[in-house]
Amino acid sequence: MSKKQYERPVIQQLRTGITSKFGAAFESQALTHIDGVAVKDLIKEFGSPLFVLSERKIRENFKAANRSFKNRYPKVQFAWSYKTNYLNAICKVFHQEGSWAEVVSRFEYDKAIKNGVPPSKIIFNGPDKTDKDLELAASNHSPIHIDHFDELYRLKEIAEKLGRKIKVAIRVNMDTGVYPVWDRFGFNYENGQAWEAIQKIINSDTLDLVGLHTHIGTYMLTPNAYAVASSKLCYLAINVKKSFGKVVEYIDMGGGFASKNTLKGMYLKGVDVVPSVDEYADAITSAFLNAGFPTEDLPFLYLETGRALIDDAGFLLGSVIANKRLSDGRKATIMDFGVNIMFTSFWFDHKISPAQQSGGYTEDTVLYGPLCMNIDVLRENISLPPLNTGDQVVVHHVGAYNITQSMQFISMRPAIVLIDRNGKANVIRKLETLETLEKDELMPEYLEKIDL
Amino acid sequence: MKLKRNIAISDSGFVFNPSTGDSYSLNPVGLEILTLAKAQKNKDEIRQYMLDNYLLDLDTFEKDFDDFANMLDHFNLIEK
Ligand SMILES: Cc1ncc(COP(=O)(O)O)c(C=O)c1O
Repeated sequence: MSKKQYERPVIQQLRTGITSKFGAAFESQALTHIDGVAVKDLIKEFGSPLFVLSERKIRENFKAANRSFKNRYPKVQFAWSYKTNYLNAICKVFHQEGSWAEVVSRFEYDKAIKNGVPPSKIIFNGPDKTDKDLELAASNHSPIHIDHFDELYRLKEIAEKLGRKIKVAIRVNMDTGVYPVWDRFGFNYENGQAWEAIQKIINSDTLDLVGLHTHIGTYMLTPNAYAVASSKLCYLAINVKKSFGKVVEYIDMGGGFASKNTLKGMYLKGVDVVPSVDEYADAITSAFLNAGFPTEDLPFLYLETGRALIDDAGFLLGSVIANKRLSDGRKATIMDFGVNIMFTSFWFDHKISPAQQSGGYTEDTVLYGPLCMNIDVLRENISLPPLNTGDQVVVHHVGAYNITQSMQFISMRPAIVLIDRNGKANVIRKLETLETLEKDELMPEYLEKIDL
Repeated sequence: MKLKRNIAISDSGFVFNPSTGDSYSLNPVGLEILTLAKAQKNKDEIRQYMLDNYLLDLDTFEKDFDDFANMLDHFNLIEK
């Protein structure tokens, strides 16, 4: 007689009314392959944990978003927001698709140059640009987006020093009906600050106002906020033309479209409630088209979409270290990846799937990382099939911000592979080693020798 | 491990404790073990049955059985 398949015995108290009916079945389904490549094979070859990015998905996302806007508006340009994920291979995929670069620091700027982006197609944002950075960007004709008056005055001096006009835009913040308002970046619309900045630029003979920029927030769940923001910037642009006879060449609507992740505390899953790119595109392009621009003055629409283009193309593969029982009877599972490489677990209840088939019965579990810290919680409560040491899981929607914000702590940061369109896994960043970690450390001579 | 007398177990793995009104669900292996316990089998007998009938090694059985028994105790389903 052949023996039966064994699964750890589980008993769970039934409670009514607290779990979302979509919960368990949704998460307990196994994900054994990514773009046709077996999760088991990936872990065998490249180790665990492992970041995996799907090139097919990135390109699909970009093409869909680009189409969505271009079908509605004639002049659209995306710029890849470097901070979202600035692995060079990833940036290059976006650049191959036609995306410019949007950067917020000198090293991101240098990276974009190294990646072959023409300087005039690198948008320089952010509050922290040094005189040297500004001089370089100005000499290169990169569009510079001014964040504050101090920067505006510094740019005027730099223009005088360089003896040439500098192309600038201002970042504008405003009330879009979504709170809190991100009013710490740029110039405020409602209190007249933005208009004041515009006047100062136009009245200077050293700065050339070519654009208006905003970034109203991130993971914005209401397309209407973009309609409001677009109308306000279009109104400013139209008034610039009216008051000064100057046509604003572009309006940059920033990023912020929500990805399909589920925000903590949200009852329904992100995939069910997050607006589609079409809905954001509708809101923005309708406002542009209805603003009252004469056709020849229609501004270019720039977009700096980050997370919505890459989050669902990124996966984190990991393995179970051990199971435990907490003092209150809850099951706890310790994984081999922690919050240091999954920073977004502080905001999102990431979907996590087992990477192997199981009996279909699930148990509630707290999912911990391996760090020796109390905050290292990946999911406070998740329904998963009984997992054993060595079993593997796939975390979904980790393509945005996790890699750029990950930090080396206690364990080495994992390797990152890109699965190309032929189903080949390419390492795009190697697993960190003790050598990478100590590369820049120096030892004062008197500490060289120890005698224990 | 002695199950409380009045605990009801259904074939589909549903457990009901009439004295508290609480109910529980079992996965198939949990149901198998609880049914053996209900039939007054002791740990040795349950171990033998499980090793005979499942793809299972002794260490895994011990680890999982002890944890399962602790949970039954935690939920107040076994006699002290
Ligand atoms: C100026 C600017 N543009 C674009 C982005 C990308 O935002 P998201 O990933 O929400 O689309 C950010 C993110 O912080 C930003 O600060």
